[in-house]
Amino acid sequence: MDKMPHWVDIVVIPLISLLLAAILSALVIIGIGEDPVAAAKLMIDGALMRSAGWGYTLYYATNFMFTGLAVAVAFHARLFNIGGEGQAMIGGLGVAVACLYIPWPNWGIALIGATVSAAIFGALWALIPAYLQAKRGSHIVITTIMFNFIASAVLNYLLVNVMRPQGAMDPATARFPETTHLPTFQDMFATAEMPLFRGAPANVTFFIAVAACVLVWLLIWRTRLGYEIRAFGFSESAAKYAGIRPVRITVITMLISGGLAGLMAINTTMGETERLILNATEGAGFIGIAVALMGRSHPFGVFLAAILFGFLYQGGAELALWTNIPRELIVVIQALVILFTGALDNMVRMPLERYFVRRRKGEA
Amino acid sequence: MTMMTKLLGAAAGLALSAGAALAEPALIFDLGGKFDKSFNEAAFTGAQRWAEETGGSFREIELQSEAQREQALRRFAENGNNPIVMAGFAFGNVLSEVAPDYPDTKFAIIDMVVDAPNVRSVVFNEHEGSYLVGMMAAMASESGTVGFIGGMDIPLIRKFACGYVQGVKAVNPDATVIQNMTGTTPAAWNDPVKGSELTQAQISQGADVVYAAAGGTGVGVLQTAADEGILSIGVDSNQNYLHPGQVLTSMMKRVDNAVYDAMEAGTDLETGINVMGIANGGVGYALDEYNEDLVTADMRAAVDAAAEQIAAGDLTVHDYMSDNTCPVE
Repeated sequence: MDKMPHWVDIVVIPLISLLLAAILSALVIIGIGEDPVAAAKLMIDGALMRSAGWGYTLYYATNFMFTGLAVAVAFHARLFNIGGEGQAMIGGLGVAVACLYIPWPNWGIALIGATVSAAIFGALWALIPAYLQAKRGSHIVITTIMFNFIASAVLNYLLVNVMRPQGAMDPATARFPETTHLPTFQDMFATAEMPLFRGAPANVTFFIAVAACVLVWLLIWRTRLGYEIRAFGFSESAAKYAGIRPVRITVITMLISGGLAGLMAINTTMGETERLILNATEGAGFIGIAVALMGRSHPFGVFLAAILFGFLYQGGAELALWTNIPRELIVVIQALVILFTGALDNMVRMPLERYFVRRRKGEA
Repeated sequence: MTMMTKLLGAAAGLALSAGAALAEPALIFDLGGKFDKSFNEAAFTGAQRWAEETGGSFREIELQSEAQREQALRRFAENGNNPIVMAGFAFGNVLSEVAPDYPDTKFAIIDMVVDAPNVRSVVFNEHEGSYLVGMMAAMASESGTVGFIGGMDIPLIRKFACGYVQGVKAVNPDATVIQNMTGTTPAAWNDPVKGSELTQAQISQGADVVYAAAGGTGVGVLQTAADEGILSIGVDSNQNYLHPGQVLTSMMKRVDNAVYDAMEAGTDLETGINVMGIANGGVGYALDEYNEDLVTADMRAAVDAAAEQIAAGDLTVHDYMSDNTCPVE
């Protein structure tokens, strides 16, 4: 009874949060003497009005979908996986190993191989924190964030000492062979008279991300395992009483979560750079937390939130290109959105909840 | 009819703005950012000087992510910016893909060779400049032990180190050169604390002149050297002013000149490999009011003589990157 209508929860609250973030961002832009309306127009023009802009928006969104789903799945079992960053890095290692050391005949088979490899590497990286949480009670927040640092150190060591080609300056692997080149949106949709998505990095991985959204939805709400995950999340003791084994659920959930985070690497490493570089993840693992929070841990919400954050990233790049707004302030604007939609969610939620509950009581 | 005029007017307006944009060059900084007191900042200084002298304007962007490398290149090229200058070897991979798509746009890349008909590749003979400051270090040293602190351990920095050691040994064959690298990742370019620690360690081993070829890390090296009362040598930009009377000299790598030249040439930019060495003022040592008391007449005479010999081709300094080895340690 003391709940607000569902549509308020999933539509009104994110919109109000966004509006607040937009107002504050506008004030910041006015503060440094630029025109916020022109800036907003530039962001929208650059990110949504050109096909290449969409190509970048969707490229970033693909990353955020994977990491957002990873966090969302773990949330359903009340596990806070903030190790998406590290799992994605190690996933990248999986992609690089698959692409460099196995001679694939064509990109389709290479994509399947790299997908499996990335998911396994990412999942294994999440396995140790999961085991420690399940068996030893070491808190997953602490262990996953520590594993981010270990992952970056491992990658660092391998790229500098093992996988770097002789004489190269960049700490990066050699370029993947041509046969592993994933078709970009340009390859797929551009024609001679319609040069769509020119140079944009969005690629076939986007469809894998969309498929992952659907599969996660099926898993969480249509399978027995999903039911167990949710039951475990709602109440561990009740789940135990119902015969659900906590260790099993913790480990399986984290494996799925880590695997999803690892998949992100297909997009960045195989789809874009076509070689493994040091900072391939670029904080997407952490953005995933905001995406999952904003998307209410629902795959469709994650999908929409990921596109919003993709827009912010691409729009931010446009601002950096064509205005004198320094890049630090662009980060501030992006951070404001994260702050309002993620961290300060309750600031909007609580007053609204009170308002609707009171109205309902008035009706009754 | 009015509709038609409006359309034509709009088209003319577009053509005009495109024409105006055509003359505007663009500069892309690497992830380190514009104000790193070293490499990127030198590039910015050059562009700034060009803008002040010619009254022109230029576009610039500080990158936030790897994907933006290609994006910035393409967007500037599509916007009609010409030439497009980028600072850093990390652009090499991307530029070799993008350049053929925009044959009418000229690109200039610093510290990397990209083989395309519309690209100017600017590389510096850092080993020659390092040779000169190596000679000065050996002459200024009383202990016979000098130090080298590099940034990230890449062939480019070993090239600095190798030239430096050759210069030291040319003056004093018995001198010891202690070499340290700050790290193996790009973070090593901006770690003044580690730079300071390495300097302390080298001082305890007897070094009384240290040469920092480490980007932002060098700030910590120079600071510690000044605090401990030994001499230091700056790099890329003229860093003598940071600690007056305590920085022996700076190995100048004139990235600013490279950027200035590219923007000055505009759309007529000459492509191909452009080697900036001692002969054409691309590298050298810094002498100004802050270090004139440190540099003796003997030192100047010896170094200037060596510089002339190198410029004339009578003296060759071994380039580490030509065969990935250094003849001296």
